Amino acid sequence: MADTTHNTHAELDAVSGQTTTGHSWDGIKELNTPLPRWWLWTFYLTIIWSIGYWVVYPAWPLISSHTTGLFGYSSRAEVAQDLRDLEARRDLQAAVLKTAELEQIRNDPTLLRLAVARGKAAFGDNCAGCHGLGGAGGNTYPNLTDDEWIWGGTLADISTTINHGIRWDQDTNSRMSQMLAFGRTGTLKAAEISTVVEYTRSLAKLDVANGADLAAGAKLFAENCASCHGDQAKGNKELGAPDLTDAIWLYGNSRAAMIETVTNGRGGIMPAWTGRLDPVTIKALTVYVHSLGGGQK
Amino acid sequence: MATGAIRNMTGGESLGALALAVFGVACLIIAGLTDHGGYAFHMVVFALASVLAFRAIIVRRYHGDGPQPQEINGKPNYNFGPVKFATAAAMFWGVAGFLVGLVIALQLAFPVLNLDLPWTSFGRLRPLHTSAVIFAFGGNVLLATSFYVVQRTCHARLAGDLSPWFVVLGYNLFIVVAGTGYLLGITQGKEYAEPEWYADLFLTVVWVVYLLVFLATIWKRKEPHIYVANWFYLGFIVTIAVLHLGNNMTIPVSITSPKSYIVWSGVQDAMFQWWYGHNAVGFFLTAGFLAIMYYFIPKRAERPVYSYRLSIIHFWALIFLYIWAGPHHLHYTALPDWAQTLGMTFSIMLWMPSWGGMINGLMTLSGAWDKLRTDPVLRMMVVSVAFYGMSTFEGPLMSVKAVNSLSHYTDWTIGHVHSGALGWVGYVSFGAIYCLVPWLWKKERLYSNRLVEWHFWISTMGIVLYISAMWVSGIMQGLMWRAYTALGYLEYSFIETVAAMHPYYVIRAIGGGLFLLGALIMVYNLIMTVRAAPNAVEKSLAPAAGLQPAE
Repeated sequence: MADTTHNTHAELDAVSGQTTTGHSWDGIKELNTPLPRWWLWTFYLTIIWSIGYWVVYPAWPLISSHTTGLFGYSSRAEVAQDLRDLEARRDLQAAVLKTAELEQIRNDPTLLRLAVARGKAAFGDNCAGCHGLGGAGGNTYPNLTDDEWIWGGTLADISTTINHGIRWDQDTNSRMSQMLAFGRTGTLKAAEISTVVEYTRSLAKLDVANGADLAAGAKLFAENCASCHGDQAKGNKELGAPDLTDAIWLYGNSRAAMIETVTNGRGGIMPAWTGRLDPVTIKALTVYVHSLGGGQK
Repeated sequence: MATGAIRNMTGGESLGALALAVFGVACLIIAGLTDHGGYAFHMVVFALASVLAFRAIIVRRYHGDGPQPQEINGKPNYNFGPVKFATAAAMFWGVAGFLVGLVIALQLAFPVLNLDLPWTSFGRLRPLHTSAVIFAFGGNVLLATSFYVVQRTCHARLAGDLSPWFVVLGYNLFIVVAGTGYLLGITQGKEYAEPEWYADLFLTVVWVVYLLVFLATIWKRKEPHIYVANWFYLGFIVTIAVLHLGNNMTIPVSITSPKSYIVWSGVQDAMFQWWYGHNAVGFFLTAGFLAIMYYFIPKRAERPVYSYRLSIIHFWALIFLYIWAGPHHLHYTALPDWAQTLGMTFSIMLWMPSWGGMINGLMTLSGAWDKLRTDPVLRMMVVSVAFYGMSTFEGPLMSVKAVNSLSHYTDWTIGHVHSGALGWVGYVSFGAIYCLVPWLWKKERLYSNRLVEWHFWISTMGIVLYISAMWVSGIMQGLMWRAYTALGYLEYSFIETVAAMHPYYVIRAIGGGLFLLGALIMVYNLIMTVRAAPNAVEKSLAPAAGLQPAE
């Protein structure tokens, strides 16, 4: 800046009334306008504010520690306190939920409200990813709002399912049985699979291929399927074998999907939630899922 | 091919050809040794580029294309070849980058557009978009304008014979390697620093040559002083080199593997990343583009820069303060509180130094405001400065911890970035390129000012739709995340907040589409300018100054 004072090329700019610095680069000149005052004072103000902030809050590193500020503020301590406060708020409710039986919670409107609130929050972040936000499932994940339950829809059944999961091999109490791969293991030949699929379709009142040998299908069904799905194909909740006579088909009821099911088996997995969620939350989830519409006595 | 006049190779040519031969052979050997398909592909690309460059060096002797004289008839013999190349490359990569941005915006609104293919998934296309717009589009704009401005304002030919070409071609080769790497899944997973070690090393060489060419040009300048735009360019080039080296301190698994591991660990790595990330914004997208503003706005407005003193003060304040602000990207994380405090307070102190550029940009218009009515190119650059002012106010605001606890991780950040990217960087680049193309191709004016008007209004609408959609959705998202019920549970599950974003994602995609449309109009206008606009009449004095478009 110093050299601008004795520069002989400085000119007066008529528009602004300022002089130029006397330099010119490719035709570009510069005015010698002083710093705008409001700009300078705002700049100073932000610096003063920052210095103040440094005094109050942890700010500058030292050799083996840092300045702690006037109040020894710590964001970790703050978040820990927030979490403690929240837990304390929830624990008031958790205490009553903890001691109450599932049936008791379901039958008491106050307890039910607390459980549904806790269950809904837990469901959204832990279950909705597969079962959908409203619990309607879809795309090979079961619907939790209807009254068709693969593993049972009583409070006790739902509690077991959530606690131990389905085919979750890290939990010895998990529900482990699964649809066998009759085709892949060679138990049934392709033609036999088609035959038994046509028979099953007839049970479910789905369209059946012309000339299908239903008698042979019935025989194959009795020999291979009835042990789990029952003689009447009404399913068995102990084994997680679904009812094959209703309109609900987790893996689809197209001929191709059914042949795939019998050929390669099925066995979706649900994780066990014991250990991941606390017992009160699982209890609340149980009641919440039960309340979605399909809960059974 | 001419005969008889084959000259001997210069020292630079011999050295360059030798280096290319060694490099090309080394790449081929690595390509043969590695069992990684994508890496082998990149080594072949490097080898092929070496062969082409080697051939170009050998062949140019037959065409009499040797080192050019510094001056002709006492006037500097400017070297605009590399500038033209980088200008064209900027428009090419710009359209590509905006297009990929539109695709990923649509993917967020309609996830089925991920197509269930790894190469087209959001995770790979997102860095392709950010790198394409920042480094490919923005980088080429910076190369083109810096090589143009430094020559003009130093009144000297660009230093080096082959070096300027090595810089622009090498930089674009890096872009190709980086971009194809993302699609093939080669990444070190650092935001805005995704390219792996071998691409980083190559860029380092290119960047050092860039610095040397720039410095050497300033060194042989004919003007007694260094123009402010060149301080900003130099600040940008030097700091980017430092940032690039710091954040890419990786150790490769082996020379036959594209994979490497960073030497920093845990929170130190996070701090390095955002020291880099924030200053990529500060020095690449701010300092570099302020340099563009400092040349093209006074040039176009034909007015002197508002305040020389302000330019000095805000330059040094900006350079000094920006480099500290990175920790504001890591508020409420494992980063120690003291570092968060410094990141926040330095961001607040950065507010006025950033606005110094805005004041100098806008106030330079005093005495020439009427030109905004008639010159859409100047209007574009002035609006860009307004967007710059807005984002550099919003940035310090968002760095305040209380605000950040709402805005962080939400789309507000995306909106903030795009008001800077589309509004500031995009518009000042478009303005500069609209000026440059007629100057470089010696045209009297642009092909059509009406098309510039269309570009301006369509893309302004796009920007407004984009950023307002992101403000609404970002603040809504932040409020939904922190909403508790009376019983102390989260009001909304995460997936509900995602579902709530859908309409804003659609609006954002429409905004991005309009911005792309504007850029396509610009490309057409520029191509027609080169092909059909009337040639400029050579003036004896200050050639560029005489080449204003006819109104």
